[in-house]
Amino acid sequence: MTDNVAELTSLIARFLDIVGKRLPDDVMQRLTEMRTDAAAGLEQVIYDSMFENMAQAQALNRPICQDTGVISFYVKVGSDSKLLPILKEALTKGVLEATVSSPLRHNAVAILDEKNTATNTGERIPFIYWDIVPGNEVEIEAYMAGGGGSLPGRAITLMPSAGYDGVAKYVLDTMVELGVNACPPLLVGVGIAGSAEIASLLSKKAILRPLGTSHPNPRGTQFEQLLAEGLNNLGVGAQGLPGKAFVMGVHVETAARHPSSLSVGVSVGCWAHRRGTLVLHDDLTYELVSHRGVAI
Amino acid sequence: MKRVLHTPISDADLLDIKAGDIVYLTGHIVTCRDVAHRRVIELGQDLPYDIAGKAIFHAGPIVEPTSEGYRMVAIGPTTSMRMERFEAEFIAATGVKVVVGKGGMGAKTAAACREHKALHCVFPGGCAVLGATAVEELEGVEWLDLGMPEAFWIMRVKELGPLIVSIDVHGNNLFETNKALYTERKDAVAQAIARQMRS
Repeated sequence: MTDNVAELTSLIARFLDIVGKRLPDDVMQRLTEMRTDAAAGLEQVIYDSMFENMAQAQALNRPICQDTGVISFYVKVGSDSKLLPILKEALTKGVLEATVSSPLRHNAVAILDEKNTATNTGERIPFIYWDIVPGNEVEIEAYMAGGGGSLPGRAITLMPSAGYDGVAKYVLDTMVELGVNACPPLLVGVGIAGSAEIASLLSKKAILRPLGTSHPNPRGTQFEQLLAEGLNNLGVGAQGLPGKAFVMGVHVETAARHPSSLSVGVSVGCWAHRRGTLVLHDDLTYELVSHRGVAI
Repeated sequence: MKRVLHTPISDADLLDIKAGDIVYLTGHIVTCRDVAHRRVIELGQDLPYDIAGKAIFHAGPIVEPTSEGYRMVAIGPTTSMRMERFEAEFIAATGVKVVVGKGGMGAKTAAACREHKALHCVFPGGCAVLGATAVEELEGVEWLDLGMPEAFWIMRVKELGPLIVSIDVHGNNLFETNKALYTERKDAVAQAIARQMRS
């Protein structure tokens, strides 16, 4: 079992290294399409810088962005997985290892003591969210939540009479007030539920959904499209300067609500949307689903 | 033609630069963000290095220790608006000429840029390897007690950019002007969505 911890720790560290240095396939594809549509002038200059930066990150083996974020894991663990006893330890140790080997920036500041731990670990960090699913596979979504992308995050509980108009207005207000500074083009996550903490968590899960997926309810899909089109009609472009496209997409996630409340959570991912999906088996074989053709 | 600013920068160097222009920076720039601003303005501490005529970077880099000192791995901008509370006084107190970050800054900073002849510029966010490769030498570090991202890193750079001027020395503020436009359009968009979702 000890050997397994060491092997899994090393695998997690190498997985995090890739997440920090290469964008997932869906994001690369969307940005490539958006680059061709970018407005001449400032927006084109910014897209050129983004793509040159990504090429240099590959060539020099360095993180794309200096803010490698607070490391978060959203894990779907099979109820029969043999990795269950070692998973939490390996995830935490993997963060410690990647912090030195990659390297990652030190992004865990102890609350109240206000000291940087200099390890990217600390109270409840790395953040790990667990879902239990049938079977014996483990699916790990790793996300590097940067500070700039986290600043626009917020939630509100509305009166149900505010309706979807109220939800849309809250999303638009948040994006124009705060999203412009969060390195657009953004992936916007909207959580709709009956209380603020459920809505917030869902908004984060929404930005972990790959681009090109949509809400299962056709009304939800329509709402996602209306919000994305609306945001892209504001005239906001890359880096919040004038341009063609403010967002890579809008994803909505929902939970049944209390009859008396309507809560909305908003999370955004910056253009350097560093998300990775790793599927693990009991024998520690794996697939890197988010970055096809990349060896860990 | 590439417009390159060389430190030390004088008032005259900046007079014809307009919000929306693109410039590059050669010379000295130091990282200076949340806590460093608070130390200077709230706590009245002196900066450990004279930045008059030079530039600051709202940034928290990844730096790697080497046998001789440190190596700049990745450096890109952080959200400038967090420093809005302090920046006007900071510009007045230090004589800094170029403030580099990302996103816009507010009316107080724009007024200080006009009064003290300074610029706020945007370096494209997330382009940290481009930033690091412009660093010719990492000359020193102060206030390392603040941790890697918040420490005061002193750098000599060559043609750091593109730097998009967001506030010029006349106080024109690109982001504030644009924000007014975006806000105006936002209400029409919200109404269109509301109509569709009610049907």
